Amino acid sequence: MARLSGMQREVLKLYRGCIRIIRTKPIENQEHWRQFVREEFRKNQHISKKQFNVIEHLIRVGHKRFEQYSSPQIKDIH
Amino acid sequence: MFRSILRQTRALNGFTNGSRSLATAAASKPAPRLKTFKIYRWNPDTPEVEPKMQSYDIDLNECGPMVLDAILKIKNEQDATLTFRRSCREGICGSCAMNIGGRNTLACLCRIETDTSKETKIYPLPHMFVVRDLVPDLTHFYKQYKSIQPYLQRDTHPADGRENLQSIEDRAKLDGLYECILCACCSTSCPSYWWNQQEYLGPAVLMQAYRWLIDSRDQASGIRKEMLQNSMSLYRCHTIMNCARTCPKGLNPGRAIAEIKKQLAFD
Repeated sequence: MARLSGMQREVLKLYRGCIRIIRTKPIENQEHWRQFVREEFRKNQHISKKQFNVIEHLIRVGHKRFEQYSSPQIKDIH
Repeated sequence: MFRSILRQTRALNGFTNGSRSLATAAASKPAPRLKTFKIYRWNPDTPEVEPKMQSYDIDLNECGPMVLDAILKIKNEQDATLTFRRSCREGICGSCAMNIGGRNTLACLCRIETDTSKETKIYPLPHMFVVRDLVPDLTHFYKQYKSIQPYLQRDTHPADGRENLQSIEDRAKLDGLYECILCACCSTSCPSYWWNQQEYLGPAVLMQAYRWLIDSRDQASGIRKEMLQNSMSLYRCHTIMNCARTCPKGLNPGRAIAEIKKQLAFD
């Protein structure tokens, strides 16, 4: 695999964090969460890797939503 | 005699009526005073599209005197997708802080410049992440405000179990500090805050820190001073004084910061 840039690694780190946090959610909803996370990342897959400011923005938004959704009170996502 | 007065007034009435109808005829077709507003637009739903400046023409004859009236008119009549925060329309909530004509101010307190040959440019508060159009992300600003513990801290409580009393002189010390509405105009106009947003608290928050430091009812001033006693939180203020110049409420955060520095110098 080619060497990843810092930003690519950051995106992967966020994705990995999102996937790992799913295991704290109720087991019956986990598959739903996984689907949701994948969809959210796929939505922006078309963005060129040269659009740094866009990707930086999306990473920031992603971290914010990650923090929000990782609260144990949130059991499922619609 | 009486009759003559009556006749006179009748004649007067007739005259004024006539002149009024003339005046309305003249006022019914005033020349439209078209003013161009250029407003920053950016939509987070399509992040790959670059932010742009969009122009709107407003007839000043049919619009209120303030910039907020103009952008409300644009949102009502021309472009419902224009996004901004607003609430009280009288400068007490601090929601509509934005950069108008190169100056951070509240849209509800800023008059529209009547010179129609010039356009007015409206941007969100500078150096903040944008949520959408004119809405900045103030999460970090509020976090900083929370970090100075902006509430009364006491170990002892009044014997009668009622209010903490304060002398009139002690209360007078809070004038010029308590009026701050946390609109973030001053913090976002400070170059020092632009470059060190993560560590430097910024003028608005430091002014509140000072407000709680000198409150005669507060007993935690030792801890409060200790929190500020480092190179970043307070001492990134280099008395640039953009804060005092831009404050829409006419307060002076720069002075408050200088007072904190003075107090800390004796520790």
